[in-house]
Amino acid sequence: MKAVRVLYFASLRELVGKSEDSFAIEVPITGESLWCILNKGIDLPESSLLAINHEYADLQTNIHENDEVAFFPPVTGG
Amino acid sequence: MNSINIHEGSFDPWHEIISFQNNNLNGVKSYGATASFVGTMRDFNEGDDVVEMVLEHYPLMTQKQLESIVELSIEKWPVQHVLLSHRVGLIQPSDPIVLVVVWSAHRAAAFDACRHIMEELKHKAPFWKKESLLSGESRWVSENTPDTRDN
Repeated sequence: MKAVRVLYFASLRELVGKSEDSFAIEVPITGESLWCILNKGIDLPESSLLAINHEYADLQTNIHENDEVAFFPPVTGG
Repeated sequence: MNSINIHEGSFDPWHEIISFQNNNLNGVKSYGATASFVGTMRDFNEGDDVVEMVLEHYPLMTQKQLESIVELSIEKWPVQHVLLSHRVGLIQPSDPIVLVVVWSAHRAAAFDACRHIMEELKHKAPFWKKESLLSGESRWVSENTPDTRDN
């Protein structure tokens, strides 16, 4: 079991009712699987984005020990 | 010289441009074009009156993405200096949200890089807007308007 930090932003933070999970989990694990384990019963909205260590990543990308993972909706800045 | 700033309170984009020039371009004689863009909060969106807005972001990723956007624009165009500022937190209509300024030798690079940085920011930088409407409802802005450039 390895430590992974998971952050949630904007509408996804409100959807899951938390801004962060700090979790010990078997890695590697894909972003999509990680969501399912941490948020049982809550579907990841279709347009959701994933970042691993502050870079955009595909939901099927593997997450490793000490990675910082973030789930968030499409960005709307500017 | 590039400058990337996140403001948690109100900022004056015109004062920022003057400050940047005074601090960094004093005596510099190589630029012949300065292009600037200021994005301001409207009091309406999608047919509704908007009274205020909260801009949330992912600080470490925001910084990384904005630095990358600026660096890539400098690789693509002969740009000399870039100033990029973005507001976060509670925002009122008519408040400036974003400032992009590009200095270059000639106008084409300044215009093109300024527009490119703005479009890239809109689609890559992790900011999110939550609007409070006059009706009392609040809602997340679901997506930005598309990039209307032909290429």
